[in-house]
Amino acid sequence: MNKVTLFDEMHSPEGLVRSQYQDVAALLFSLPLEALSQKQREAEVLFRRLGITFAVYGEEASAERLIPFDVIPRIFDAQEWALLERGLKQRVGALNAFLHDIYHDQQIIKAGLVPARQVLANSLYRPEMRGVDLPNQVYAHIAGIDLVRVAENDFYVLEDNLRTPSGVSYMLENRNTMMRLFPDLFASHAVAPINHYPQMLLHTLLEAAPPNVDKPVIVVMTPGTYNSAYFEHAFLASQMGVELVEGKDLFVHADKVYMHTTEGPQQVHVIYRRVDDDFLDPLAFRVDSTLGVPGLMSAYRSGGVALANGIGTGVADDKSTYLYVPTMIEFYLGEKPILSNVPTWRLGKKEDLKYVLAHLPELVVKEVQGSGGYGMLVGPTSTPAEIAAYRERILAAPARFIAQPTLALSTCPTLVEAGIAPRHVDLRPFVLSGKDIRLVPGGLTRVALTEGSLVVNSSQGGGTKDTWILED
Amino acid sequence: MLSRTADHLFWMARYIERAENTARVLDVTHSTSLLPDDSEGAEANLWYAPLNISGCAAAYSDKYGAAESVAVTRFIALDPDNPASIYTSLRRARENARAVRGAITSEMWESINATWLELNRLSPILSGNRLTSFFDWVKERSHLFRGVTLGTILKDDALNFIRLGTFLERADNTARILDVKYHILLPSVKDVGGAADYYQWGALLRSVSAFEAYRKIYRDVISPLRVAELLVLRADMPRSLHACLNEVDSTLEIINGSTGREARRCAGELHAALHFSLIENIFANGLHEYLTDFLGRTASLSKEIRSAYLARRDEFVSPLPVRPITQVQYQTAHVQ
Repeated sequence: MNKVTLFDEMHSPEGLVRSQYQDVAALLFSLPLEALSQKQREAEVLFRRLGITFAVYGEEASAERLIPFDVIPRIFDAQEWALLERGLKQRVGALNAFLHDIYHDQQIIKAGLVPARQVLANSLYRPEMRGVDLPNQVYAHIAGIDLVRVAENDFYVLEDNLRTPSGVSYMLENRNTMMRLFPDLFASHAVAPINHYPQMLLHTLLEAAPPNVDKPVIVVMTPGTYNSAYFEHAFLASQMGVELVEGKDLFVHADKVYMHTTEGPQQVHVIYRRVDDDFLDPLAFRVDSTLGVPGLMSAYRSGGVALANGIGTGVADDKSTYLYVPTMIEFYLGEKPILSNVPTWRLGKKEDLKYVLAHLPELVVKEVQGSGGYGMLVGPTSTPAEIAAYRERILAAPARFIAQPTLALSTCPTLVEAGIAPRHVDLRPFVLSGKDIRLVPGGLTRVALTEGSLVVNSSQGGGTKDTWILED
Repeated sequence: MLSRTADHLFWMARYIERAENTARVLDVTHSTSLLPDDSEGAEANLWYAPLNISGCAAAYSDKYGAAESVAVTRFIALDPDNPASIYTSLRRARENARAVRGAITSEMWESINATWLELNRLSPILSGNRLTSFFDWVKERSHLFRGVTLGTILKDDALNFIRLGTFLERADNTARILDVKYHILLPSVKDVGGAADYYQWGALLRSVSAFEAYRKIYRDVISPLRVAELLVLRADMPRSLHACLNEVDSTLEIINGSTGREARRCAGELHAALHFSLIENIFANGLHEYLTDFLGRTASLSKEIRSAYLARRDEFVSPLPVRPITQVQYQTAHVQ
């Protein structure tokens, strides 16, 4: 890859420090490296003590691991953020409109803009949801949109996460940690606050409640302490002051959902569930699920309980549906998309497959229904053997893959063993949808700590940074 | 409150209390072992006591054979495979806390998590001369956690279930300590009032932080009858059975909801019996018999509390392993 074209978050192409980074850069260059490393270690101790950990699947030995935290913040100015904010609201608005449409009149299919097969034959499409009306017509109450930057004003959406996006607790804890480590920086910068996210989430969940409920009871539902994002589930429940439940704490009676409490059964109105569709209800989906609640789907369909996110959102964040999001924005909102899509080849199409197979070493190939950075091929950083093995997987079922050009992801200075060096970053803001669409100014910046690596997922060894939006 | 949450809080408290009491027993056994005693089998005899109190004598014999200071200490303090070890208790306390970290204060969580992290740092480097400070450390962490809890948590049902766990476990542990120690010290009832060694009785009292209290209350030589009275019947002695049942009884009264009738009845009955008993009558029928009965009744009280308030869950709940109190082992087990 051509290094010259990489956009550096801190420096202009001429090598000058961009205005929003002036003070931070001044501090970084005045501190001895050892002092920064010391801060980094303090942060680790803090995270460890607070138990801010996650689990990596397939790694028995490290049941609880820390996500590496980088002390150098990533900074946007107010104009940059205003653009992103408009683009994010627009995109999430269109995605929810799409979900409502495909489970009702299917106008976008009738208009010939999205093939029926793309939606109806998708295994993530839930026929059970046909004709089910949701409050405010919102399906994805919480959306995590992954953005990357390739130039000053050039942002791409890498993927939409509309099922159970995670990471928001790291966004919040990263800020708390930075404020403890560098109080002076916050005194000299007008960093937009994000700590009201749990309040905003609670507000969003209250708006999702079934109509005519006086004081909705809200719970967070987790698969349990062994889930990789358990810390976040517990964190959000406690920040909102609601119960953290597991499937076995709930039961359904006459299409209403109740939790077992020390004072007997108590009705639950909104479930912020961090359990995948497939495991929610053994009567409706996977019969072998022990994480779910028998009868939950029936209660949900009859309006006895609200789920956030709704059932069947996966069909809209599927990597093959991704292609159609700009079309959705134009169709439902009559607007031009503000955030770009990455050009994408669908390997189900013959000519695309041919092109991609011929260019594997340059491309990123992903499974259409994968997530978390599992099972993807990053051509430029893979060995010939890895590419050959991946080619076999593609040939076995081409329609299950998409490919994209390897983007020149922007880099941000990051503290690594050798000192401060540029590392690739992305950004996941969290967009909430209720009666309107809202988000706190910020997101989770993920950083690929290995030199040259483009994979930022925490499950693949990525780290995180605090993300600042500077107020005017 | 969610039943599962209450259950985790209850067990979190029990495991912390259990870790503390196990450290107390080991600590006292250590100081007793420093006294000269060259009678045959003295060491095995002494070191079977902590194994019996924590109910892991059989598992120990399978692994190590005769009871011997270093192995017993390591087995009970640090062995992750021993379900009754301090290590396991603290791990389970932390697992339960982690499962309800939203229901406890962040200071409580940080305290219990820091304990666990420190334990893992300490455990590979512990050796003989640091053990006493390790036992002190376990006690201090338990004291600290209790203090943090009382100083930070809202006084609602969460605290009530924590208190139930703490005091049921403490009652159980005190009864076990008294029973096992009592029999070591007095192999036959005829010896009551005989030549029981001042230091050994002192050690028993110290293990439950009752040595100063004893002197203050009785101002006299240490007699088994009074030791038992202090640890069973004195309501003002914080680790006595009576004091523990005071707390359990009054906590059950203030828990919200109408489901716990049977639990309240059991606790009330047990409490009343302690309130009105005379130590002479207890001795007349046999202290061991009395304590065995008491352990049975606290176990069924615990069961009633669980069925009234707490969900059925299995993963973090392992009640004390069944550990019948059999005295035969002291006489025979040290002979290989």
